[in-house]
Amino acid sequence: MAALSLEVRAKSFPAVGTAPEKRVLENVRLSVEPGERLAIIGPSGCGKTTLLNIAAGLDRDFEGRLVRDRSARLAYVFQEPRLLPWRTVADNLRFVLFDDDPTEVDARITAVLAEVGLEGTQAVFASRLSLGMARRAALARAFVVRPDLLLLDEPFVSLDEPTAQHLRLLLLELLERHRTTVLFVTHALHEAIMLADRLLFLTASPARVLAVREVPLGAAERRDPLAVEACRNRLLAEEAELARLLLPASAAAPSPLAEVAPG
Amino acid sequence: MARSLAPTEPAPSATITGDAALARGTGLRRVLVPVLSLLLLLALWQAGAMLAANPRLMPPPAAVLRAIAAETASGELPWHLGITLLRVAASFVLAMGIGIVIGLVMGRVRLADELGQPWLVFFLNLPALVTIILCYIWIGLVETAAVAAVALNKIPNVVVTVREGARALDKGLLEMAEVFEVPWRRRIEHVVLPQLYPYLAVAARSGLALIWKIVLVVELLGRSNGVGFQLGVFFQMFDVAGILAYALSFIVVVQLIEWGILQPLERRVNRWRR
Repeated sequence: MAALSLEVRAKSFPAVGTAPEKRVLENVRLSVEPGERLAIIGPSGCGKTTLLNIAAGLDRDFEGRLVRDRSARLAYVFQEPRLLPWRTVADNLRFVLFDDDPTEVDARITAVLAEVGLEGTQAVFASRLSLGMARRAALARAFVVRPDLLLLDEPFVSLDEPTAQHLRLLLLELLERHRTTVLFVTHALHEAIMLADRLLFLTASPARVLAVREVPLGAAERRDPLAVEACRNRLLAEEAELARLLLPASAAAPSPLAEVAPG
Repeated sequence: MARSLAPTEPAPSATITGDAALARGTGLRRVLVPVLSLLLLLALWQAGAMLAANPRLMPPPAAVLRAIAAETASGELPWHLGITLLRVAASFVLAMGIGIVIGLVMGRVRLADELGQPWLVFFLNLPALVTIILCYIWIGLVETAAVAAVALNKIPNVVVTVREGARALDKGLLEMAEVFEVPWRRRIEHVVLPQLYPYLAVAARSGLALIWKIVLVVELLGRSNGVGFQLGVFFQMFDVAGILAYALSFIVVVQLIEWGILQPLERRVNRWRR
């Protein structure tokens, strides 16, 4: 059985004030197999976050069907870190560990903080972390629950490129080590290629599924920016439609829905 | 009211040059100015008392101090002050407890807000005196009526303040807690309450200020002890020294609670702020 299977026949946001009702998703179907890493790629504002919120069960107001094992432990890394600023880093992690063995909670927190490179920050208030550190803490919070299904919503957006790349490598390592099932949303194709097994492309709003592609890269190639770049160019060359959707207007057919330059 | 005697904010210690830096930077000034200000008030009081035709109606500070000493020695002042403090504490806990729950529900549930709004307007505008009289008539001249009357006067203010806080709760953090399936008690403790603290502090401050005053009226009208009752007795005897003795003691106690309990508590919950 799939770890997650989702069918959204339609999702709209109701009219607010002068803004009319907006249809954001149409006939989007996806399923994630246990241990698989699926990336959803689409232009900014196409409804990716909405799709992820539906998958998380946060948004129940849609036409369609969500099948997910209720006992599966879920973790979500939001676009903003969403830490409790009035709690320390350790307490932010402890907050999501409520039915775990209390004697081993501290050890788990220490271990996962070391994994994301936040050793010794247990007693630091989350309000004092830099954005890069806060994103690491959000990753640590997701991993510390040992999730069966991990949802990630552009977790490295608005970071400088070296930091973002560093965190991508870190995430890749954690994903490989824990063999986590992942549903991942991004607008950056190179990030998706680096982290995911399978890519699902969405069109501009209202989003429909444009294409699904496998990523044919091994663990070492994913860590090689040149291999990732080559894979990205191959994909874009094969699919004129993808290029139109994702490439800047100057480089491909005119389209207002340009991919935001990496970093 | 209680804040007027609080020390001024620490002066900025940064790069101010010359005399200003000397004067502002020292802790001496922070102590000296309020003390001088109080001494000026005492001097004015003393002058007024010396000019007054009837010293019984305008006693000098020394007479009031003697009255405080005498009432304290007899045990009267601590006894009545203690009774009043107990009533304040009971009404305060009751009003905050009930007000927080109603405010949270009204802030989060739209239907509750719509249903509760007219009631809120009614109780907000109901004069304190009416609540007090009706409580004494309906419940009787008993302690329950006194505490209930004070609490009823305060609850609407707490509701309004807490409702503001509940409306402003961070949606992203609530979603985070929901996704990670955190139990609701833990959500209240770690997500909701920390966001409500500033609102609770406001409600508590203005709450105490209001409750202090209403408790005295309640005691004056229907109790046979407490500071309010004593003030009534002194009023009948035109004993202004007694009235001022109780009033001053009361102000000192309120200020001690502000310094000793409210301010340290506030510092503690605000530790995380940059």
